[in-house]
Amino acid sequence: MITVLDTLVQGLLLGGLYTLTALGLSLAFGVMRLVNVAHGDFMVLGAYFALVIMQALGLHPLVALLIVLPGMAVAGYLAQRFILDRTLGRDILPPLLVTFGFSIIVQSALLETFSADSRRLDAGDLVVASFNPFGDFFVGWFPLFITVLAVAMVAAMQWLFARTAIGRAFRAVSDDQEIAQLMGIDRKHVFALALAIASACVGLAGVLFGMSTTFDPSIGPAHLIYAFEAVIIGGMGSFWGTFVGGVLLGTMQAIGFRVDPGWGVLFGHAAFLLVLVLRPSGLFPRTRDQ
Amino acid sequence: MSTAAAPSLIQNSPAAPRFTVVRATHMSRVALTVLGALTVLLASLPWWAEAATMRTASEFLYYLALAQMWNLLAGYGGLGSFGQQAFVGLGGYALVVFSLKFGLNPFFAVLLGGLVCGLIAMPVSKLLFRLQGAYFAVGTWVVAEVFRLLIANASWLGGGSGVSITSVMQSVDDWWRDAATLWIAIALGIGSMLAVFALLRSRLGLGLTAVRDSEAAAESIGISVPRLKFWVYVIAAVGFGCAGALIFLTKLRISPDSAFAINWTITVVFIVVIGGLGTIEGPLIGTVVFFLLRDTLSDYGSWYLIVFGALAIVVMLLMRQGIWGFVRQRFGLELFPVQRRLRCEAAPGQVT
Repeated sequence: MITVLDTLVQGLLLGGLYTLTALGLSLAFGVMRLVNVAHGDFMVLGAYFALVIMQALGLHPLVALLIVLPGMAVAGYLAQRFILDRTLGRDILPPLLVTFGFSIIVQSALLETFSADSRRLDAGDLVVASFNPFGDFFVGWFPLFITVLAVAMVAAMQWLFARTAIGRAFRAVSDDQEIAQLMGIDRKHVFALALAIASACVGLAGVLFGMSTTFDPSIGPAHLIYAFEAVIIGGMGSFWGTFVGGVLLGTMQAIGFRVDPGWGVLFGHAAFLLVLVLRPSGLFPRTRDQ
Repeated sequence: MSTAAAPSLIQNSPAAPRFTVVRATHMSRVALTVLGALTVLLASLPWWAEAATMRTASEFLYYLALAQMWNLLAGYGGLGSFGQQAFVGLGGYALVVFSLKFGLNPFFAVLLGGLVCGLIAMPVSKLLFRLQGAYFAVGTWVVAEVFRLLIANASWLGGGSGVSITSVMQSVDDWWRDAATLWIAIALGIGSMLAVFALLRSRLGLGLTAVRDSEAAAESIGISVPRLKFWVYVIAAVGFGCAGALIFLTKLRISPDSAFAINWTITVVFIVVIGGLGTIEGPLIGTVVFFLLRDTLSDYGSWYLIVFGALAIVVMLLMRQGIWGFVRQRFGLELFPVQRRLRCEAAPGQVT
């Protein structure tokens, strides 16, 4: 009984981290139908960014976020405005190929600068503290914090889309770029803002990930795939869907790990492929593909 | 190859102008001759060149084969797959099964590796073709990961740490080993180029060209788009599978991480993008650029990948059609023409 509960809770907590990573991908996907293949590498970039700031200024990783998040947002804005915007169009291959290029450049540059050694953002006892509600059942405070934060971010994203001016602009360009521009929306600026927010989100995920476990320059693609699976399982353009997708993926991986340590990730992929077979557009699709 | 009589939409009565469909050009005959001479030259390498030269030649040829196949997929079939490393890996492991486990001739096993990949691609395509565009691209990647993990969990195939294939080659004499590897590489590299050329000039190629220009219009004139894409996917899988088996026959050691590495696809994608997506000459030029870059920057670790990736981005932004697309547009060159040109000859005594 404890084992079952433990597995499910582990899955939920893993799902929280995946949701946090996937939010930015979901946003860029929903607003401009952009699949950023470098998304996972941006996450790793965020973690190394925090590492540099910590070493240079002696800050706690959570404080370093004050510099990492704006930095990632600016990088995202510039990448969209000056490079990716020129590739968006009817043909879906150019943006994919260009972000594929980003992915390789970021990965190789990190490898050249920081070597292939595993790193960790040292946050002291904060990340190992846990509590035990009953018996032999332990829950880590930090993973719980990440999951609660993920839920809060989903709610915030939903609020941003539903209630704010920029959210209205996001929905408008997502529905119809031309009409939105006729209504006086600067499409390029709006798209760039979307990637700025997406990059800051994935930077946040990267720093929290780097605090909870080790990372090296090569792990980006695996996290792109997890994030992508969470988005697709949940359905494009739905943030709560992404959360459900992330938790489902995390839970399946946790169950897989329990069955056999080599099968964890495989179970996650199997769940993803199963959803694709049964519901190709995901569980809760919002945005329609054009 | 040269000229064929046009189907008689217009009666060839003595008074009417005569039409002929022209396919080959002077340039294309020269190109084919040069290619033929080059093939003979490459095939003769074992008698006069050093082993290192032959190894580089083999490597160049299998990259060319991979690039031609990915170009067929993405440039002509509209299937931008990021998961072709699945078939490099499966081809490699098919080699392990057939040669190491079943004791078949390793060179024959390369061919079998391709066929196995073609067979596996059939059901896989049924799943993947439910996805479009970006979904398809990442979906193929997930499928490749699934194959990697399945093989990493198979202790019979060495599990995660892989397996050595050295023993299957020990019975083969050194000269024969290098020579046979090179000849298979030639068959794959030059062969894939000619195969794509022939394919595009066939009925299937006409369909593909129509699909490339407009899927809806192609469908409306009776082309079965899913069937075309299915065959393109299967053919590309066979090509990737053969090349994969050959790659690990030269490396003599295989592990899930090296066999199913995304880097196989990345390199090939950049080669095709830089050379020219949707042209037969493009992959050849891209492969040359890749080898030049890698050799020039060989002392600087993974910097060649950074430069290569940046070059691909610049090409994507500034000349979408790649190096060959640019050359073709600028100078009207066409080494491997696949289109049909209609030439009108005035009938004797008639003023046109």
